[in-house]
Amino acid sequence: MSVITLQLGQCGNQVGEQTFSTLIDDVYSKSIGVSSQDNHDYIQTCLSTFFSQPESKSRDGSFDLPKARAVLVDMETKAVAQSLQQARKSGKWSYCPEQWYSQKRGSGNNWAYGYCVHGPRSQDDIMNLVRREVEKCDRLGGFINFLSLAGGTGSGVGAFVTQSLRDEYPFSFIVNQVVWPYSTGEVIVQNYNAVLTLSHLYDTADAILVMENDSLHKICSQLLNIKNISFRDINKVIAHKMTSVLQPSLAADLGTKHTCDLGYIVERLTPHPQHKLLTVKNIPQMSDIAKEFSTYQWPGLLKNLRQMLIADSPMEEGINWEVKPATRTESGHTCFNRSISTLLVLRGKETLSLDASMFSDPNIYAPWVPQDLASCVFRQPRWFCGYEKAATLVGNSSASVKPLNKIIDKAWNMFASRAYVHQYLKHGLTEEDFLDSFVSLEKVIDSYTKL
Amino acid sequence: MTQSIIVQVGQCGNQIGCRFWDLALREYAQVNKDGVYDDSIGSFFRNVDSRHEDPANIPLGEGKGKIKSLKARAVLVDMEEGVVSELMKGPLGEVFDCRQLLTDVSGSGNNWATGHKMYGSQYKEQLSEAVRRAAEFCDCLQCFFVIHSMGGGTGSGVGTRILNLLEDDYPDVYRFVTAVYPSAEDDVITSPYNSVLAMRELTNHADCVLPIENQALVDIVNKITQALPPTKSGKRVYGVSPAVKPDSALTTGTAVGSPEEKPFDKMNNLVANLLLNLTSSARFEGSLNIDLNEITMNLVPFPKMHYLVASQTPLYCMADVKVPPRRLDQMFSDAFAKDHQMLKVDPKHSLYLACALMVRGNVELSDIRRNIDRLKPNLNFVHWNEEGWKTGLCSVAPVGQPYSLLTLANNTCIHNTFTDIRDRFTKLFKRKAHLHHYTQVDGMDMSDFTDSLESLNSVIADYYNLEQTMGQPVVMEPRLQIAS
Repeated sequence: MSVITLQLGQCGNQVGEQTFSTLIDDVYSKSIGVSSQDNHDYIQTCLSTFFSQPESKSRDGSFDLPKARAVLVDMETKAVAQSLQQARKSGKWSYCPEQWYSQKRGSGNNWAYGYCVHGPRSQDDIMNLVRREVEKCDRLGGFINFLSLAGGTGSGVGAFVTQSLRDEYPFSFIVNQVVWPYSTGEVIVQNYNAVLTLSHLYDTADAILVMENDSLHKICSQLLNIKNISFRDINKVIAHKMTSVLQPSLAADLGTKHTCDLGYIVERLTPHPQHKLLTVKNIPQMSDIAKEFSTYQWPGLLKNLRQMLIADSPMEEGINWEVKPATRTESGHTCFNRSISTLLVLRGKETLSLDASMFSDPNIYAPWVPQDLASCVFRQPRWFCGYEKAATLVGNSSASVKPLNKIIDKAWNMFASRAYVHQYLKHGLTEEDFLDSFVSLEKVIDSYTKL
Repeated sequence: MTQSIIVQVGQCGNQIGCRFWDLALREYAQVNKDGVYDDSIGSFFRNVDSRHEDPANIPLGEGKGKIKSLKARAVLVDMEEGVVSELMKGPLGEVFDCRQLLTDVSGSGNNWATGHKMYGSQYKEQLSEAVRRAAEFCDCLQCFFVIHSMGGGTGSGVGTRILNLLEDDYPDVYRFVTAVYPSAEDDVITSPYNSVLAMRELTNHADCVLPIENQALVDIVNKITQALPPTKSGKRVYGVSPAVKPDSALTTGTAVGSPEEKPFDKMNNLVANLLLNLTSSARFEGSLNIDLNEITMNLVPFPKMHYLVASQTPLYCMADVKVPPRRLDQMFSDAFAKDHQMLKVDPKHSLYLACALMVRGNVELSDIRRNIDRLKPNLNFVHWNEEGWKTGLCSVAPVGQPYSLLTLANNTCIHNTFTDIRDRFTKLFKRKAHLHHYTQVDGMDMSDFTDSLESLNSVIADYYNLEQTMGQPVVMEPRLQIAS
């Protein structure tokens, strides 16, 4: 089963490129902890899912490098060129030389320009590239789109392309990985762009994986001890999280073969169309130097991870242990982070026999969720990225309400004075479109808060 | 990559333009050491084979061909010959050819009407032809930068006429205007008239205006001169800040080949650097690019409020190699100080509508974030845009400096500058002084004066009214409710 990746906009291209290199780094990692046969299976599954491998040997007898199953899209040239070059420089993998699309003039942080102008103009070309990539697959497992919410291309063109994918491949799984902007300052109109993007993705994508820059920044500074944090560091954290979910693993009800089944992930995690926002928490995470000197025990890791879910903490440091999965207060609100479904991915030593029942506790899920569907566990005895033990939790929970609320607050406040709206109307958006987007996101918040 | 065209009009515009091309070449000479004609240099220059008459572009191809001979993407307009012909005779003359020039002999006589109405109509076809020619050499034209002064006749008159023409012929191409405003004690008596008449055009037809005040430039130049080591050979002065690195100041760079620095060169270098820093993020790589269209998108909340206050720091840099973080932080602090603004205003005590920080060189994202957190408590932002920061990181540092910062602020303090101009205008207008010089020009009407005044008043009022909301309690509009 193959998964095709679309990298949209500057951020999407950077994160996508980083994800592929993290996948490859993990594949060729030295510390594996499993037999070479098992490792071979792992590598082959990863490579066949995310990369296409040339079948024939090249003239000098060596195999060509694996080529990412990816389509790179940006409305200016720099980011795409940089991704292509980075991949080439790695010497371990590359992009297909023709599988990119770029224009000369960027979207200028304007969602409307991306969605109403660039999107329709580039639709045919982009969908052609996608089709070429699809034709290479024996069996298409779905699409992962990388994009940011703040800019114009990733968000605007991204929303448009996601919609085109949905039209062209109505039965494929589409997962959008969105980078949530810093709450202060990157792009001034980021809240408008985010509101417009999220509301559109909610109609078209099957699941929306949220990565918050603010939390990622904290991880970089507190867990990884990076002094001057750059976008590259942040993208590495995103890539690490994505990879830990996507690398092959074993699900109890999917037979004994190690796979990466996007459809299964989507089906288990988004059982309800009003609940599509997923967050990824992982443990442990530390700098390479610290890795060698740290030992972890599974019970401690899982206990921390569970509390991270309940208290909605982005990392294992500074978890609030006071929060308990309690019954509702009288006003009907819950004071902990209630989930609809979770996916636990366990990687490394002893994972096959590990007891993960603490994640199927009905108290942490919404009451209407059938108990046997609430949680599922993926296991993989192979070490992950040099970690002897690693656990990742993908959750569909009310965690995203807080940042979403903030964004709507700011966007609505700005919209009340109609600031910047003229820039969007210029490209064919209307004030009604804004209102529709606000309405649909208010509905999302409403349904998550009612859990 | 996109291209931009510089349209330099009038004496002031051409002098600044001249400095711009010189500094742009200097910058590319440092960045592009192999002499390769790539996308980046292509944004301001064409590569031609100058052996031919009317040389065509050498195609960019893979961006690996050698530079043969560079031609500036520029249109030079002046209604007298002096400045432009001197430019053509000088060493920079090579980057222009005579088809890019448009000159007359008699000048506009410090009269906006002569420039805008008379010459504007007379040269309409030629102007449009010169611009069209430059535009046809671009494969993706993104932006026109129009440079002119506000006080004179040609710059303000013809310059704003060209702006109209650009809007009609190229509605999708951005129009950035760098407008030099006269000081209060300007020697041109009619400069308030010219400024106000030109302002109406800028308000209605430009996407973005960077107003610059002569007096502010003079003050910054003085500040730099005091800090710089004396250039006279033979004498060494001890004890006077010996740490400043030579050739690192924003005013550095005399015209190539001319031994004498012209009096305005230093001031003009400041403006030329402004344009280079403004476009750097669109021309070079960086981890957070700011394309030109993002500037208006982020900094112009309402169509007519598109006047941005600029400041550049550091003015010069120190000679020692180590860069302590304190000095980097100082760069951010200075950018908000009164004496670093390119207008005589104090944005710190007024209301910010939006602010862009465009950083070049060896600076990390976390440096920017740290400084935003540090500076923000002392700045006032409008309530609907409290996080109104736009940030950009360009990895190529300016010539002679390890890093630099350009801030662009949409700040209500600008209404003070505009009110000053209006007051000077009304002083003359009340007495109808010099009006006849204007009204005798064909197509000029008294209504031009009253309409322009009204237009200016409304811009002032827009900014002023927003400033009045500063510190006032805000009534938030309640969010939409979902009926259950």
